[in-house]
Amino acid sequence: MAVTVTADDERAEGARPLADDVPGPRSWQRAFGDLRQGWRQRPLWGYLGWQDIKQRYRRSVLGPLWISISMAVIATAMGILYGALFQEQIETFLPYVAVGLLIWNFISGCILEGSEVFIANEGLIRFLPAPLSLHVYRLVWRQTLFFLHNLVVWVILMIIFPHPLGWTTLVALPAFAVLVANGGWIAILTGIIATRFRDIPPIIASVTQLVFFMTPIVWSYERLVSNPAVAERARLAELNPALHFVEIMRQPMLGDPIVLRHWYVVGVITIVGWAAALVCLRNYRARVAYWV
Amino acid sequence: MRGVSTENGNGAPRIDIVDAGVDFPIFDAKSRSLKKAVLGKAGGRIGTESKVPIIEALRSINVSLRKGDRVALVGHNGAGKSTLLRLMSGIYEPTRGRSFVHGKVAPVFDLAVGMDPEISGLDNILIRGLFLGMTKKQMEARIDDIAEFTELGDYLSMPLRTYSTGMRVRLALGVVTSIDPEILLLDEGIGAVDAEFLAKARDRLFELVERSGILVFASHSDEFLADLCETAIWMDHGTIREHGPLREVLHHYKGHDVLAEFESR
Repeated sequence: MAVTVTADDERAEGARPLADDVPGPRSWQRAFGDLRQGWRQRPLWGYLGWQDIKQRYRRSVLGPLWISISMAVIATAMGILYGALFQEQIETFLPYVAVGLLIWNFISGCILEGSEVFIANEGLIRFLPAPLSLHVYRLVWRQTLFFLHNLVVWVILMIIFPHPLGWTTLVALPAFAVLVANGGWIAILTGIIATRFRDIPPIIASVTQLVFFMTPIVWSYERLVSNPAVAERARLAELNPALHFVEIMRQPMLGDPIVLRHWYVVGVITIVGWAAALVCLRNYRARVAYWV
Repeated sequence: MRGVSTENGNGAPRIDIVDAGVDFPIFDAKSRSLKKAVLGKAGGRIGTESKVPIIEALRSINVSLRKGDRVALVGHNGAGKSTLLRLMSGIYEPTRGRSFVHGKVAPVFDLAVGMDPEISGLDNILIRGLFLGMTKKQMEARIDDIAEFTELGDYLSMPLRTYSTGMRVRLALGVVTSIDPEILLLDEGIGAVDAEFLAKARDRLFELVERSGILVFASHSDEFLADLCETAIWMDHGTIREHGPLREVLHHYKGHDVLAEFESR
């Protein structure tokens, strides 16, 4: 039968050792435990991620096909417009813009939705016990599914405008794995900070918008650097982390030679990012339920 | 489960909360208007030592529950009943003290949450089950049982938005009682179902608790509590005012012997 002691009573003997063998809310054990348990619930976030996509196109005839269609429309329009502005060859520039947009969509999706990942799931967090990482996995999985839908556009473009694809194209697979891994830490880190400080999501939204224009997606880095008038300024784009993320993925997808410099930069960012996200998760994981 | 060590493991379910407190930071409340610490009749204590106003939702909570315990949670609105339930479920980790929950937890708090109005009842059953730690296969095996218990029949393939509140309660109760939870936490709100179904649910809950677990039930309905619970915890201003046999606690809380009145009816 339950024996309960009020605060003033002496502690029950059983209570003492218990307080020591349970790891506190701020422990690495619990932080990694959260990631592990979230991973174990793959069927759940796998299902929810699919639902998110189906939900968006519920009752529409074409359904998720709209993702690919709208991507194709935007990529074509932008490719033609910016191709004309920069006087580029349409056969190379249209695929360049399209692939850049594909990759950017994944990156910006992870960043924008990442900062809202816990705020958007407020209800679930406050009413159902589940690991925090579950929401992050669900988000990254959903973005991955979007990306896979958009990949159709790439396939079509590669058929219309043949590119020298070869074995190096397979480098796109590890490159995407790296993008996914980075989506994870971004969502954890910005998600936790944005849950506490609600000014963060709008800031992130405007910065992301800015980064889009600073990243060679609708313009070509090579072309600007080769122009002596703006070469100096164009090189500043190297300071933009998004450039390196886009490059590691775009180069293999277009059959361009792989430049290792981008991989080194991305590798460092991945490690530093995850370290920051893990520290944040360790210290504030238990606080998120209070903050949402 | 994110909760405080809510590992599914061997051994009997138990809840041990030692000297725990739960403080809520209120970021959007202007601290000026809360300068004077308020200690009203409703709600927890509001502290102002730090920059951000804090609501002490729970203070000095010491509870230890074991297998077979059926506990009623009573108290005013805002006395901390729901917060205590969420502490027990592991949703909130205590800001002070420790809490240890061992066993498979099934909470029924807000019936709308974790339920997608656009998808069918069946899909919602599946998602809810997955959230509570079941596998897809295990849930599929239980669907018939849930369908029979909830008496929803063909309605299960309709989108959830077409359901009435009572039907949602049936669904939620159907799921949690079918998955063999070890710790069942019910917040008020399940009163929306009709008496006939309630009797059925009661039998099922009873059976469940007998078999394997702990039940904690927060409600303002003395009748439900009398039906389901043996002991009671009286929450007052975020602390446990009294914990003991249901009859005594309800008597002290209400000021008269409520159970005797039920019996005399």
